[in-house]
Amino acid sequence: MKATYDVLVIGAGPAGSIAAKTAAEKGLDVLLIEKRQEIGDPVRCAEGVNKEYLKKHVEIDKQWICADLKGSCIHSPDGTRIEMAEEISGGEVGYVLERKVFDRALADLATKAGAEVRVKTRATGLIIEDNFVKGARLMHLGKEYEVRAKIVIGADGVESKVGRWAGIDTALKPVDIETCAQYLIAGADIDQEYCEFYVGNDIAPGGYVWIFPKGEGKANVGVGLLGSKTGKFKPRPVDYLNNFVEKKFPNASIVEMVFGGVPVSGSIEKTSTNGLMIIGDAARQSDPITGGGILNAMDAGKMAGEAAYTAISAGDVSLGKLEEVYEKRWRATIGHDIDMSLIVKNCFINLNDEDLDSLAHSLKDVKFERMSLLDLLQALFKANKKLLWDLRVLFKDAAKEVIKNKNNA
Amino acid sequence: MSININRYKCGYCGACVGVCPKGALELVETWIEVDESICIVCGICDRICPVGAIEVKK
Repeated sequence: MKATYDVLVIGAGPAGSIAAKTAAEKGLDVLLIEKRQEIGDPVRCAEGVNKEYLKKHVEIDKQWICADLKGSCIHSPDGTRIEMAEEISGGEVGYVLERKVFDRALADLATKAGAEVRVKTRATGLIIEDNFVKGARLMHLGKEYEVRAKIVIGADGVESKVGRWAGIDTALKPVDIETCAQYLIAGADIDQEYCEFYVGNDIAPGGYVWIFPKGEGKANVGVGLLGSKTGKFKPRPVDYLNNFVEKKFPNASIVEMVFGGVPVSGSIEKTSTNGLMIIGDAARQSDPITGGGILNAMDAGKMAGEAAYTAISAGDVSLGKLEEVYEKRWRATIGHDIDMSLIVKNCFINLNDEDLDSLAHSLKDVKFERMSLLDLLQALFKANKKLLWDLRVLFKDAAKEVIKNKNNA
Repeated sequence: MSININRYKCGYCGACVGVCPKGALELVETWIEVDESICIVCGICDRICPVGAIEVKK
């Protein structure tokens, strides 16, 4: 480890590794640190990811694919089953990854691009001078180091400290987080081509239960609850999960336990400051409806890596410059998407079981393969007029898209 | 007033760190550290912990 780099990336998840890889490919001198002693472990993820979007970032390698999905099923509280083909299931269906292998493969790409990687190396604070972030204090095996960098990128996950150290408020309110528990179960009869979702206020208040196949009788079975619907004297995610697994998979063995918090806040006010950018879960860039965060994190990582290069080349790493080269870009893409999802989430969390069932009934007999998003929305609104009002912004947005496409054609 | 983290129960996921309004918590590899000089004993971490490993007494 040297004393000075162009870029210091804190956290070697998908966001950090892609940021490090991108910056290193541009010829920058990059240090990527990970506080855990193993990259990718422990897992805190359901591991589902959209195929097409993933291909934009990396070449698919069978080593980190556990299941190749054909579609998904949603189960409403009264047991109505809605089946969706892959193309319209949303961004998070396609492959089920082995994150332990996947995350290491991404860190390996960063290494191959020329970045230096250090594990069991934790940032304990930032070096801030003249109102600019100039590096960080690190700890490795009990010894302290000071590392200076022109730009620091915080990719330190849901438990992010980097943004806070620089005065960026990333604290999530209970309504802004899904609190989750997941078991990797083995020896169960699992359809390996479909992922399943269960909704309902008894099963997962303000969230859902998921089953993501992981190959040969294995699956990630998990539950996420909205933080504002949980409480000190109420059942915890782990209690809901135990109930579900005991009923649905009484004979399966639990071979791994996973816990986690998923940001579902939509875009936050500030994700950069002089000499610093935050990306991925640290910047609360995960999707408020699906909870998916891998692809947004990789997109943001790429943008931040490119932004670091542009800003350093221009000799200007000020907030103003980073707003122009990073913030603007991610807000126009990821930011727009997660804010739209936030509107849907805010509507969804207020539905009672009757509402959910009536929505499911109106979708039950629809042939989904040929359905567009607008048709889907229309079918939903036939069942629930109030939903139409709550989601009117989405319609405006969809209408804008239609007009834009028409003008381009 | 106190905050207690049961490290035998904790799944070190960091959700509590994400919701702490004061930045009083930190996930250090496999355990949570509390800076009691900053903690305001608000109980949000206790409320959202997926396993119930945190006990905040007001």
